[in-house]
Amino acid sequence: MKVNEVINAKDLPVMEFDGIIIGGGGAGLRASLQLAESGLNTAVISKVFPTRSHTVSAQGGITCAIQSDDPDDDWRWHMFDTVKGSDYIGDQEAIEYMCSEGPKAVFELEHMGLPFSRTEEGKIYQRPFGGQSKDYGKGGQATRTCAAADRTGHSLLHTLYQANLKAGTNFLNEWFAIDMVLNDDGAVVGVVAFEIESGEIFYIRSKATVLATGGAGRIYASTTNALINSGDGIGMALRAGLPVQDIEMWQFHPTGIHGAGTLVTEGCRGEGGYLLNKDGERFMERYAPNSKDLAGRDVVARSMAQEILEGRGCGPNADHIFLRLDHLGPEVVHKRLPGITELSKTFAGVDPAVQPIPVVPTCHYMMGGVPTNLNGQVITIKEGKDTVIEGLYAAGEVACVSVHGGNRLGGNSLLDLVVFGRSAGIHIEESMKQGVDLKKASTDDIDKALERLNRLNSSTEGEQVAVLKERMQQNMQNNFGVFRREDLMVKGIEMLNDSREAVENIYLQDKSAAFNTARIEALEMQNLFEVAEATAITANERKESRGAHARDDYPERNDDDWLKHSIYFSKTKEVSKRDVNYRPKTVQAFQPAVRTY
Amino acid sequence: MSSVIPVSHLQTLRMSIYRFDPSIDDKPYMQDVDIEVPTDKDIMVLDALHLAKAKEPSLSYRRSCREGVCGSDGMNINGKNGLACITPLSEAVKRNKLTLRPMPGLPVIRDLIVDMKLFYDQLEKVQPYLITKTDNPEKERVQSPEEREELDGLYECILCGCCSTSCPSFWWNPDKFLGPAALLQSWRFIADSRDEATEERLDDLEDAFSLYRCHGIMNCVSVCPKGLNPTEAISNIRNKLISRKRQ
Repeated sequence: MKVNEVINAKDLPVMEFDGIIIGGGGAGLRASLQLAESGLNTAVISKVFPTRSHTVSAQGGITCAIQSDDPDDDWRWHMFDTVKGSDYIGDQEAIEYMCSEGPKAVFELEHMGLPFSRTEEGKIYQRPFGGQSKDYGKGGQATRTCAAADRTGHSLLHTLYQANLKAGTNFLNEWFAIDMVLNDDGAVVGVVAFEIESGEIFYIRSKATVLATGGAGRIYASTTNALINSGDGIGMALRAGLPVQDIEMWQFHPTGIHGAGTLVTEGCRGEGGYLLNKDGERFMERYAPNSKDLAGRDVVARSMAQEILEGRGCGPNADHIFLRLDHLGPEVVHKRLPGITELSKTFAGVDPAVQPIPVVPTCHYMMGGVPTNLNGQVITIKEGKDTVIEGLYAAGEVACVSVHGGNRLGGNSLLDLVVFGRSAGIHIEESMKQGVDLKKASTDDIDKALERLNRLNSSTEGEQVAVLKERMQQNMQNNFGVFRREDLMVKGIEMLNDSREAVENIYLQDKSAAFNTARIEALEMQNLFEVAEATAITANERKESRGAHARDDYPERNDDDWLKHSIYFSKTKEVSKRDVNYRPKTVQAFQPAVRTY
Repeated sequence: MSSVIPVSHLQTLRMSIYRFDPSIDDKPYMQDVDIEVPTDKDIMVLDALHLAKAKEPSLSYRRSCREGVCGSDGMNINGKNGLACITPLSEAVKRNKLTLRPMPGLPVIRDLIVDMKLFYDQLEKVQPYLITKTDNPEKERVQSPEEREELDGLYECILCGCCSTSCPSFWWNPDKFLGPAALLQSWRFIADSRDEATEERLDDLEDAFSLYRCHGIMNCVSVCPKGLNPTEAISNIRNKLISRKRQ
């Protein structure tokens, strides 16, 4: 059965696995490894060959208190930094779990073969990153980010792919998941997906489904994200009636290459680089007197945007900032930052060992996502209570467990991936041992997951993807960027409203089956749109400034009303609040404090 | 991309693109697509492809990171394999023409997309993962900076396929000769001080084809978008094979 036919659930061929993982990035491959090694019949469904996933672009490192640089380093200090970085809406039990389990997960990666850079003693090399401290903020800058030069994401992803080959994981590479199938009880029992090359479509039944679909940075016009980051898991969850949490929280990375959007790692500043305005001033000294260029990313990005707004940007249009590295000497630049050297030459035409790199704050990371518990199980809110969705897990950027809260610290995304990909895998393994018995999906249930594909295939007129995408990206860029305010956001929400019908009824001109990228882009566009709308509505509702969410009209943090997660359902378009977890198991909770760097 | 380019600074570029859709075409053909590109700034071949796809939505190619690290968009650009996303038009365009074909030597699925199964199968044959026999320590396996340096120029491979599909030895024997990409990975693990399967890895290469079909043509080196040197890796393995025979 081909993806371009009129498809009825009753005719759909079925494939069956114990566990399926949607997404072949770091989180997905860590989860699949756990399942494959435990002997479960596991399949990774990835729309690209796994090593093409966006984890590959992570550069600077994976933050973890492995005590390589400092034998006295303590995961509790890392926890403190992460809580503070989150602007106090990260769940402390989850952050405690990530920081304390982290070393185990990092050493596992090393044992799998990850080619970490090394210290003179042959230990894993660590570098300083933003927002890191010793002794709960009292002991100065820490050096906690484990690195493989500035290609840590590439090394991590390839290592995990290699480990999965060794473990015998089944790969459905270049397969696209359209929607999840939910049974009568609201449990997830697989997905409808097709093989991109042939167009063959299947219902893939499974007892456990892991969303590991990554981020959605392509809702913005300027982003460090890969072209494939279209929020597919978020789209699937929202359409299935599940919520997203803190989706208004988008990280703008301080240093995207001006004009191209490609990432320049925070590790540049960790190695001693700094930012300059047009007067040659190290302006971060004014905004963050202690941490300077290594303050939290939200703080640095806002400071840069402020400099540009006040006319102190660099270049003929005064629209960017310079990142200076040449004082480090060619040895450090080429040895520790070879990838950055390459990218700067290609996309900015500069050799960073000689000239500064032109950079601007650029959309980078989605702190929000599908809410989960520590086991990666997706939860929804029913009558104000957390309720587990049977059969469904999420890990990595698509998930919101939540360890990043309002602002993620550099190096914490790779740690999040491996720690929670692993914990989801462990929980699935355990529950399979005890036996999972989910009601089979009816043909009606499966038909629901086929709805948008059939609509696309029967389209005879309407707007094209490229036009709709451009409109949405400009809207998000202009109205939901680093600084936000109500009148612009209301305008932005109206523009999205005006597009919704067109997005649901995209015109697919090319209806062929084999490797039809136009069909994929249409399906991705619908996912992006769900993320954009959720972001827009929730951003307007959170009437305060916290973490990456900075409002001109509500410039202060409001702990009385908003020391909360936001929860958004697309069916009602309503935003509600959920309590932040302040109950770590082994340490005292860190209470909200004024956040300075 | 297109939205930020002022109209006054555009000129027409003729792209000649290999087209083949198995559901409608009996055989492939070259299609000319004219696009408007800026004159005052360089764009990448991938950007040009996006502009072409806006005109011809059925045009298919792979792409992901658009910064040269994921290895999706390897293709044959004016006769030479490379990554579309990091090849600027200033470098690629000749006589105001840009010809794009799929990477040679592998079956074409559609347009610029090749079936990379053979390529991945060869990679899997070299057991591209760390093999250890001793128990893992509680912390990391110790490796000196010098030992780690041995992996530079090897671990950076992005599996784009540019090298193997430019190699005549791989064209003739894609099922028997492992090809430069797989052999580079083989050496990446042999060279890793933590790996404990060097002898087995070498044993697996002791036939007439797997490695010895490399004739040092060095196309792999000249096309590698990451500046890696598979020929050197192959000769390093060859030296190991020869020296252990002498012992």
